[in-house]
Amino acid sequence: DGDVQRHLYLQDVLMQVADAPEKPRVPAFACQVAGCCQVFDALDDYEHHYHTLHGNVCSFCKRAFPSGHLLDAHILEWHDSLFQILSERQDMYQCLVEGCTEKFKTSRDRKDHLVRMHLYPVDFRFDKPKKSRSPTSAEVPGDSEERSEGEAMEICSEPVAASPAPAGERRTYSHRSVSKLFLKHVLNVCSVLRILGCTWAAALLILNSER
Amino acid sequence: MWSRRQGRLRPTVCAVEELRRRRREQEAALRKARREQQLVSKRLLREDAPEEAGEGCVAAILGEAEVQQFLRQAQRGAEEKEREGALISLRRGLQHPETQQTFIQLEGSMRTLVGLLTSNQALLQLEAARCLHELSHSEQSTIAEACLPATSYLLTYLSGHSSDFIELCLYTLGNLIVESEAVRRQLLPQGIVPALAACIQSPHVAVLEALGYALSQLLQAKEAPEKIIPLASASSSILASTLPQHMLQMLQPGPKLNPGVAVEFAWCLHYIICSQVSNPLLIGHGALSTLGLLLLDLAGAVQRTEDAGLELLACPVLRCLSNLLTEAAVETVGGQMQLRDERVVAALFILLQFFFQKQPSLLPEGLWLLNNLTANSPSFCTSLLSLDLIEPLLQLLPVSNVVSVMVLTVLCNVAEKGPAYCQRLWPGPLLPALLHTLAFSDTEVVGQSLELLHLLFLYQPEAVQVFLQQSGLQALERHQEEAQLQDRVCALRQTALQG
Repeated sequence: DGDVQRHLYLQDVLMQVADAPEKPRVPAFACQVAGCCQVFDALDDYEHHYHTLHGNVCSFCKRAFPSGHLLDAHILEWHDSLFQILSERQDMYQCLVEGCTEKFKTSRDRKDHLVRMHLYPVDFRFDKPKKSRSPTSAEVPGDSEERSEGEAMEICSEPVAASPAPAGERRTYSHRSVSKLFLKHVLNVCSVLRILGCTWAAALLILNSER
Repeated sequence: MWSRRQGRLRPTVCAVEELRRRRREQEAALRKARREQQLVSKRLLREDAPEEAGEGCVAAILGEAEVQQFLRQAQRGAEEKEREGALISLRRGLQHPETQQTFIQLEGSMRTLVGLLTSNQALLQLEAARCLHELSHSEQSTIAEACLPATSYLLTYLSGHSSDFIELCLYTLGNLIVESEAVRRQLLPQGIVPALAACIQSPHVAVLEALGYALSQLLQAKEAPEKIIPLASASSSILASTLPQHMLQMLQPGPKLNPGVAVEFAWCLHYIICSQVSNPLLIGHGALSTLGLLLLDLAGAVQRTEDAGLELLACPVLRCLSNLLTEAAVETVGGQMQLRDERVVAALFILLQFFFQKQPSLLPEGLWLLNNLTANSPSFCTSLLSLDLIEPLLQLLPVSNVVSVMVLTVLCNVAEKGPAYCQRLWPGPLLPALLHTLAFSDTEVVGQSLELLHLLFLYQPEAVQVFLQQSGLQALERHQEEAQLQDRVCALRQTALQG
């Protein structure tokens, strides 16, 4: 019967996928992207590495994202000053699920929507709220806040020459920004961490061990 | 009922209507039975899978301590090679159902795996995804449900660019979808349909095949006709997305047609059509003409004796066409939407010949289409006659009872179109063939033979004499006692003796 045939065929296909492919090996070579130190001996591995870490990379902060969609959202929300201004007046935070056109006033509202409507995990890696850098909270907490919008994929060594201009821009902007905006961001991050049930220190430990 | 009709002098139109109606009911019943058969055969085959997976598997079952150790190594190992190696070992162990159970019962194991899946090390990501894929092979819904924390990430990665990785995610999702309704209940709001609709634009053949697989599993879900396919459920609706158009595009014959991809989407289309949610919509997208052209293409490929897994594509295409033809919309919507191309009949016969030689079990599928083509269309009946296809059709009678019934049904379709058609049926090989089938023991075959005889006698009374001369009466009387056939036998006897 046609159905029996169909399922035998599918079983074959699934078995083929499950057996890990024997990768054709080549002489070891290094990734050519500036600052990347990874070495490979199989082309498939390199292809995956390239797409994952160098594919959708933010030109401002060098963070890598799994898709163009998330990269666009990141650039808009992190590096577009017009966005910040507009978001005070209208709902600008777009839902991250493709096909959903809902927009929200804050990153927090969007996260609530993701969790409630789309059943996303509360600690979804590609949606942490952005926290403006404040000079008072030094390197240590700054590190944990860096785990924001789709940050999860950092290339192995941040190029030192990462343009100081954008970073500087961000800092001056945060100075210029109304203090309540800053406070809101801090509260957002705190509440996210509270949801995770961690303190700052514990958060750091987890993050460092996962690198 | 039938004999009553026989007694009164009614215009032939009514008799034809009655036959048509009954035939439609029969068709619906057959289709329903087949649909149920589908489910059964699927379950049976999936049960075989673990044994196949077990054979040739080198790794041993892992205990709790070992699983924990591998996870720890993967997470915190000093060197990347070490971490990767740990995950590879874990993956091998996860080929065993026992290890899978151990894994999901271990606290924090899925959390760790998801962490690795979303890590910044591409190769670890890949290995973690492979571990998930192993888990997705499980037959147990508890294991599929244990993978729930990973689904949002699997969907996110579908919009990436690494084709191998996307392919893996798709097969994993497809497997998980089959095993558990809870998984489907989560995947739909998470946006699986828009994610698939975006992914279908990938140029990679392997990705498209995997997508077709995942989609076909989603469409076979028991709640699909209510929750997944219809237009009403906006964000998760298959029909409202661009998926149907893309699917049809991939079924268009030509140099770009990839058989593996086409097979997957042909089956997807079949499941959508079977759900009968909105077939006129599909017809509006040009499904009939695309499938018709594809059928011609298949016949061409057969004639060039290219095998290449052809049967795999033939079956769903035949079914899709057959089912779409029963839509009322086909008749009411103007000529442009109907499958008018009479080359389809010739192509179908080429395929029937091919099935006869290589795969007799697919003959009913082809005959089903022939039945639906000829049931309401005089022009297809004319094609059948003018292409001299009656004899080849009769040659299929001995194959099996099911095939016999279908051949006879098709011939009834032709005969009921009127005297002009019956004149082409007899004189000819038909009557001897019928006398032969009357000798069968199968009630359905005999019943259908009686129906055909009735039509023949109605429109070609001269045939009666020849029937009697060839001891037709005796053949009839053999079935007098049969409850289901009694009425018809008596009525035919009367006609024969009167005429």
